[in-house]
Amino acid sequence: MVRLESVGLQYRPAGASRPGPEVLHGLSFAVPEGGFRWLLGASGAGKSSLLRLLHLAVRPTSGRLTVMGTEVSHAMRRTLPALRRRIGMVFQDFRLLAHLSVYDNVALPLRIGGRPEGQIRADVTAMLRWVGLEKTARSRPTELSGGEQQRVAIARAVVNRPDLLLADEPTGNLDDAQAERLMVLLNELNRLGTTVIVATHNDALVARHPGAALRLANGRLLADE
Amino acid sequence: MSRNPLRPARFDDLGLRRAFGDRMLPLLVAAMAFLAALALAGAVGVRALAAHWQEGAGSALTVQVPRPAAQENGQTRLDRALGVLRDSQGVTSARALSEGELAGLLAPWLGNGAEPLSIPLPGVIAVRLAPGAPDPEQLASRLTAAVPGTLTESHGMWVRRLGLLTDSLQACAWLALAVVAAVAAAVVAIATRAGLAARREAIEIVHGLGATDGYIARRFAGRTTGMAAAGGLLGALAALPVLLTLARLAAPFAAARPAGLADPSGLGLLAALPGPLWLVLPALPLATAAIGFLTAQGTVRRWLRRLP
Repeated sequence: MVRLESVGLQYRPAGASRPGPEVLHGLSFAVPEGGFRWLLGASGAGKSSLLRLLHLAVRPTSGRLTVMGTEVSHAMRRTLPALRRRIGMVFQDFRLLAHLSVYDNVALPLRIGGRPEGQIRADVTAMLRWVGLEKTARSRPTELSGGEQQRVAIARAVVNRPDLLLADEPTGNLDDAQAERLMVLLNELNRLGTTVIVATHNDALVARHPGAALRLANGRLLADE
Repeated sequence: MSRNPLRPARFDDLGLRRAFGDRMLPLLVAAMAFLAALALAGAVGVRALAAHWQEGAGSALTVQVPRPAAQENGQTRLDRALGVLRDSQGVTSARALSEGELAGLLAPWLGNGAEPLSIPLPGVIAVRLAPGAPDPEQLASRLTAAVPGTLTESHGMWVRRLGLLTDSLQACAWLALAVVAAVAAAVVAIATRAGLAARREAIEIVHGLGATDGYIARRFAGRTTGMAAAGGLLGALAALPVLLTLARLAAPFAAARPAGLADPSGLGLLAALPGPLWLVLPALPLATAAIGFLTAQGTVRRWLRRLP
């Protein structure tokens, strides 16, 4: 599903001619199809950068990255959108579109995928009911609390039934009960075959749901356990 | 528009209605379309005038024969010149002007009584050449060989000069049109770039969700095309009264249409506009729409290449 071989990443600051410092160094690991991984590490360890790589928001500056059978480093640019549509991503800062209603935000991946509107309505309504937001379907994201926005972001990431689900601190704004509900959802998706990678600081959550973990520090892989 | 968010009439995922909220783009495109209409009217008008002049003067030639009545080899010099002309290829008619016609031509300079002044008048032959007739220079040298002293005045040189002038004017009009089109494209590109910058975050989100470049470019191009078409329509409508006024002023110089046909359908002023302009004016909104569509597509796709 995901394979990294000596992957390094440097960001090129806007307008700069030479790349900035390397944020990820020589990462090598693999996550099989249907696998689950916690992604652990202190702030600045490179968790978000690694998730950006896996979400195809950046390409590696060195090494080989293979996502769902496509070698990303050298793939044609136009092959990437179809790949991205098979990846669900929950951002730490939600990244919801403020001018759209909750319903339209969740419907966005389906509309981009060109699904018929009838199917979209059924899927989005079911998804919103599942995250407990069916009453706020017509609200704007800015009218919601942080926890509610996070649930919208989660709904948008999984409404498409992605093959790979990436989540960056998905419980950061959730209370324990909601975090548990989220874990139930993630486990359910994982059982149905979705590969899941969750970056988190929440040690209590990891302790309650033990699983394989990738541990990062200073952009290097400390442990793949 | 429906306020029901469950069934969006036009799904505006990138929020472009806000990004392009101002009315500047249609107004700027309208100004460009107005200038384009004037340039096109110039090109059309100059071409009509040139055709009119060339038809009238391009094929005419005047031959002056001094001492027309003098006998040479049993013929008057005038008759010999006429004979040479009639035997020449490409001459459709050669007609000696009568003394009355000559007097009429000279009257403005000499008054009505040229005869009493005893000025020896040359014979004048009005010649019409077929289109594509041989060089008037050759004709002139054959005439002087047969009837020494004849003067051949070709109007062709003036027509050629006029033709050169009208060609240059037309080229200027086309050049102005090209510049206007380029400026319109630049205006659309700048507006599109402003829209891209304003909606950068939304574009990145939609891109991250797997939207293709074509999907995003279509969103922008759809909106820009509509605004550019509206601008083109506005500009064409604004140009209409100006063009009608110009057409009315130009009418006496290019009276190609017989007076009786000036107003066949009771359209009044509208019929004064040359036919080609009736094709060109409705084409303006189409052209601005095409410029808007192509420029927005190109600008957005080029911009999107910065995203992986």
